[in-house]
Amino acid sequence: MKDGLRAKIRKIATFVEETVTEMGRKVDPPTRRAAAVAVIENPCAGRYVEDLSELMTIGEELGELLTQRAIAALGLDGPSAESYGKAAAVGENGELEHAAAILHPKLGTPVRRVLGKGAALIPSSKKRGGLGVVLDIPLGHKDAAFVRSHFDGMEVRISDAPRANEIMVAIAVTDSGRPLARVGGLTKDQIKGDDGLR
Amino acid sequence: MPEVQIRKRLSLVEEIFHEGGPIASKPLRRAAALVVIRNPYARAYVETIEAFMDDLKPLGLEMARSVVGALGGDPKLVEGYGKGAIVGSTGELEHGALWHVPGGYAMREVLGGAKAIVASTKKVGGPGTRLDIPITHINASYVRSHFDSMEVGIADAPRADEIVLALVMTTGPRVHARVGGLKASEIKGEDGLR
Repeated sequence: MKDGLRAKIRKIATFVEETVTEMGRKVDPPTRRAAAVAVIENPCAGRYVEDLSELMTIGEELGELLTQRAIAALGLDGPSAESYGKAAAVGENGELEHAAAILHPKLGTPVRRVLGKGAALIPSSKKRGGLGVVLDIPLGHKDAAFVRSHFDGMEVRISDAPRANEIMVAIAVTDSGRPLARVGGLTKDQIKGDDGLR
Repeated sequence: MPEVQIRKRLSLVEEIFHEGGPIASKPLRRAAALVVIRNPYARAYVETIEAFMDDLKPLGLEMARSVVGALGGDPKLVEGYGKGAIVGSTGELEHGALWHVPGGYAMREVLGGAKAIVASTKKVGGPGTRLDIPITHINASYVRSHFDSMEVGIADAPRADEIVLALVMTTGPRVHARVGGLKASEIKGEDGLR
């Protein structure tokens, strides 16, 4: 458990994937992506709570903590990250809105602070589910959402989470797009970076 | 001699602070390294396969070092271990058994002569197959507090002609271990069992 955090963390899992070949062809440099996932107590579980500000604060804390874990797992400095995404899975005694409260109001600011920039929307997904539920974290380029080579997703799963009164919160960061990306569209060299889109 | 062809690597680390009980002063950490390789014996029955165990030794060492690194880099922190393999659908279970020697050898080498047999499991399965890798104490298999396991898997592996190889290590007992039995402090360390 981290001292001084509002979030009551049961566990943190980190995942790092590195793809070195695809269909027998070398991926050079290898594509790498990492996800950091916290399993926390849901303070609003089991009853209807109108004011979800506590979850918003927890989102802010986890935005920083999980982004730092993810880039550390890649051995990357924040500004070198290329794409990102976020997701949450709420245990059965919570509401989908609890995931929204964590992910949307306050989580993004610390993510962007750690990564240096991040003009693009952070793509997200959320669901309610039982232990072992699969989270597919959408990924998009952090400075220009239309960079086609970086449209991607990363699957994460923790066999014993979320329990009924828990929430799984995930942040994924990459140093690259898809392995052997070749379907055209805006490339990362063409990013203008003014509007977060192109 | 078949070459070891790697498609991807995955590393996983779990840091466990509590499971409903007192918060651990030292969180339990579990780490796994998974590597997806081409199965050189897929799609046909091959009688003689043993030599591939030697080919896998350098990869085993790389993976064992990677797991120790994920746990902080000091082999002395490691208290439990296990290994496993998932063979894609055009391979056979026996191909997974090729991992016993190089996987186990590598962890003992990196950990400086661990005494206990390395708990293991394996299966044939499709992409996304999950594997529950058993974990036991590195020096005495009967240490009850260290009986553990870690679930691993990769969404897109193994493909039909691939094998997923896995090594796992832990830094201590289950987070709220309290069912008695042989304790780590009571290990004699002569036979790898007690």
